[in-house]
Amino acid sequence: MIKVIVVGNGMVGYKFCEKFIAKSGHEEYQITVFGEEPRRAYDRVHLSEYFAGKSADDLSLSTSNWYEENNIILNTSELITDINREQKTIHTHLEKTHTYDYLVLATGSAAFVPPIEGVEKEGVFVYRTIEDLDAIMAYAKKIKRNGATEAAVLGGGLLGLEAAKAVYDLGLNPHVVEFAPRLMPRQLDKGASDMLQSKIEELNISIHLNKSTQYIAGEHAITGMMFEGDDLLKVDMLVISAGIKPRDELGRVSGLEVGVRGGIVVNNQMQSSDPYIYAIGEVALYNHMIYGLVAPGYEMADVAAEQILKGAKTMRDTIDMSTQLKLIGVEVASFGDPFIENEEVTAIVYENKLSGIYKRINVTKDSKTLLGGILVGDSSDYNALFQIYSNAMPLPKNPEDLILGSRGGEAASFGSAMDLPDTAVICSCENVTKGAICCSIVDETCATFGDVVKHTKATTGCGGCKPMVVDLVKATQKSLGKEVKDVICEHFAYNRQELYDIIKINKFTSHDEVLGVVGKGDGCEVCKPLISSIFSSIYNDTANKHVTAQDSNDRFLANIQRNGTYSVVPRIAGGEITADKLIVIGEVAKEYNLYTKITGGQRIDLFGAQLNDLPKIWKILIDNGFESGHAYGKSLRTVKSCVGNAWCRYGMDESAGFAIELENRYKGLRSPHKIKGGVSACIRECAEARGKDFGLIAVEGGWNLYICGNGGANPKHAVLLAEQIDRETCIKYLDRFLMFYIRTAGPLVRTSTWLEKLEGGLDYLKEVVINDSLGIVEALETEMQGLVDTFECEWKQAIEDPEMMKRFSHFTNSDEADDNIAFVSLRDQKMPKPW
Amino acid sequence: MENILNQYETVNSDEVKVWFKAGKIADFPSNGGGCIKYKNKQIAIIKFDRRNEWYACQNLCPHKMEMVLSRGMIGSADDIPKIACPMHKKTFSLVDGSNLNGDDLKIATYPVKIVENEVFVGFLE
Repeated sequence: MIKVIVVGNGMVGYKFCEKFIAKSGHEEYQITVFGEEPRRAYDRVHLSEYFAGKSADDLSLSTSNWYEENNIILNTSELITDINREQKTIHTHLEKTHTYDYLVLATGSAAFVPPIEGVEKEGVFVYRTIEDLDAIMAYAKKIKRNGATEAAVLGGGLLGLEAAKAVYDLGLNPHVVEFAPRLMPRQLDKGASDMLQSKIEELNISIHLNKSTQYIAGEHAITGMMFEGDDLLKVDMLVISAGIKPRDELGRVSGLEVGVRGGIVVNNQMQSSDPYIYAIGEVALYNHMIYGLVAPGYEMADVAAEQILKGAKTMRDTIDMSTQLKLIGVEVASFGDPFIENEEVTAIVYENKLSGIYKRINVTKDSKTLLGGILVGDSSDYNALFQIYSNAMPLPKNPEDLILGSRGGEAASFGSAMDLPDTAVICSCENVTKGAICCSIVDETCATFGDVVKHTKATTGCGGCKPMVVDLVKATQKSLGKEVKDVICEHFAYNRQELYDIIKINKFTSHDEVLGVVGKGDGCEVCKPLISSIFSSIYNDTANKHVTAQDSNDRFLANIQRNGTYSVVPRIAGGEITADKLIVIGEVAKEYNLYTKITGGQRIDLFGAQLNDLPKIWKILIDNGFESGHAYGKSLRTVKSCVGNAWCRYGMDESAGFAIELENRYKGLRSPHKIKGGVSACIRECAEARGKDFGLIAVEGGWNLYICGNGGANPKHAVLLAEQIDRETCIKYLDRFLMFYIRTAGPLVRTSTWLEKLEGGLDYLKEVVINDSLGIVEALETEMQGLVDTFECEWKQAIEDPEMMKRFSHFTNSDEADDNIAFVSLRDQKMPKPW
Repeated sequence: MENILNQYETVNSDEVKVWFKAGKIADFPSNGGGCIKYKNKQIAIIKFDRRNEWYACQNLCPHKMEMVLSRGMIGSADDIPKIACPMHKKTFSLVDGSNLNGDDLKIATYPVKIVENEVFVGFLE
């Protein structure tokens, strides 16, 4: 095996591994990664979302077993201290030595801390790692308790404004301090900066430009910043985000060539002055420049991987620094050369102070070529402009149409993404061209947008190119004459949502009606249960109706087990049960000799009941106050809870009571797939609410509502929908969310997958559920309330009706039970006899 | 287990020796199945109202050897009437018992006739 050691486990180091193992020939190489941080590589670009509720795991770039699955050795919390280039070894702070054939330095950068007197004082932080953020959060909490309200951010660049957003999210008033006369001096001109400043100041974020900080005031902890001219800004915390400095220590100690202002010098193959040592990302000095953006870092990773595997790919001479992002809610983009101004070039500027929009494009005097530009407030033109710029496409007769839109009734300047050349790079983070996207569909490697994302990785970086990729996929499919549609089965040319609407609008109530009017054939095991479920969702029909068109478990209101016997699960809402009811369950289990087990949903499952015995068992349970637990249905299962503040000394609210209320509200609710809930009384999260389709966690000032999580084969943490809301609002949002899911999800699609596929994602869902962007919340609430009000226990229905009871016998011509069923003993209980 | 499975062999209507009275029409659910006992056999009887047809097959699913086919859901695939096992959704043609998911598993089918209000299944013995 040839040994490749990667030093640094940031975004670029991770990308190197990903690219490397995707290339042919990698099998002969063993990759070992060293990271000094204690965790797997995470998404530093979206670091500020950590304050908005994302966890370190949410930000992680890979799953926990990714490295193992790909045969990569990952060593976290281990710092490389030295390189012995002659012996080709590295040395770690744990006094270990490893040999390498190739070494890849992806150590990235550290926050640049300007040499200001007093930066070592308490309350001064840098903004770089998750550990930094944890420290900032803890300190903010502490000073807020003491009444502090003001915090400063040093640096008005991209990172500085990100940090200001973080401070803002922590509930402090941010003051952005910048040495230059404008914000984002590398990307924006004065006009753009002014526009951005006025937008940001609307949020009570103060901007201090042209400020040179003399020293940090305060005895032990910071109390203020002293600027030139005896000008004091009183603040109780300072976050420094004033630029980056390459982590080139290893290059220095081992004698590699290093730039004057830092950075390991590399050639266009990403090789340092030692041909066996590569440097990529923010530590690499390429063409006298450090590139602090993700896209060039990823490209360097690809080049280095290719070079080590003896490929030919080299780094481009000029690296594009175009960027599009949302800063503190304001769209900002700049591309090409944003500032260029000379005799050959004209700048066209549009400024609208009323709506806060600033656009500038730089065009050659002959109006033929676009050289660069800036967008603030509305960057929706960015993708089109960037493509015109990077592909040197011809401009419309009046170049100003590019930012003002066509005003003469003529066609728009930039028609469709399909007009681009095949070489146009659509996803610059992953370097995916239009040709690659369209080809993958033409040659049938991919059929859907999702396939294209998986196959090409387009949109997986910053995500800015998603609309274009969607357009390309649709247009290519159309050009092939394909109308791609996910239909239910051969009997219906509709998807579930369409069929739901059709049934509702036409008021269909029987399977024959639905099949006869809008379907064909005789139905099947896919469409029949789906239609039954839709009837339940619309009319609250229980599974006692349309009996032979219910999924097999629903047909017998029980879960079929390995040997054809059934299990019985009475509802134990919130997992709360009295001693008397426990005794009833015990007595039933004893009488019918059932195997009993506690389930993951905090209730009790009784296994091994014969079909003929089901009604008798349920009669006893119902007579003693139990109800169906709907464990067999695609419906609400349980709402798990911790014991809550009635008993727990940490509890902040009454979680068990709330869980019971919710479980009783949504019990029997038929849905596209099963639904589970959880309620925890504090952030210790004993109810595992974030592993559920909906979860509530009590916090100071109310409940945080999380949605669309699940366990199972692909575990997903639920994401935050709303915070600090009261019980009533929780129920209102849950009604809307669940009903919207029931209306629109595909068959057997859990909430997490549904959200993943929902165009617009969580932001869109928030708009629908919280801000009522579709104007449907009233209808959703009414529908849900209707279902809640008409709930009936279907087992009670069944045992009270002799006609319904007929189905619970194994033979139609005999009262005997199935004599083929046999059991053997298992740990003092029983199990099916294996064949 | 093999001998249980071997009890079931397809019977064609022209070779029937015994017409067994399985019950009345009303004993079977609409567009669904019921299981009857005949000697030591379990037979699923399918009342396919939508097609106005009756079918019979072994109740034993040959996949995991459970007596459950009569509890399965019926339907059609390219107009072939079929039944789906409730355990793992293997589907079988009700006409010739062949497996429609493409495996080798096959089930035995039996002829059904209706006389007045009564349902009869045909066997060799």
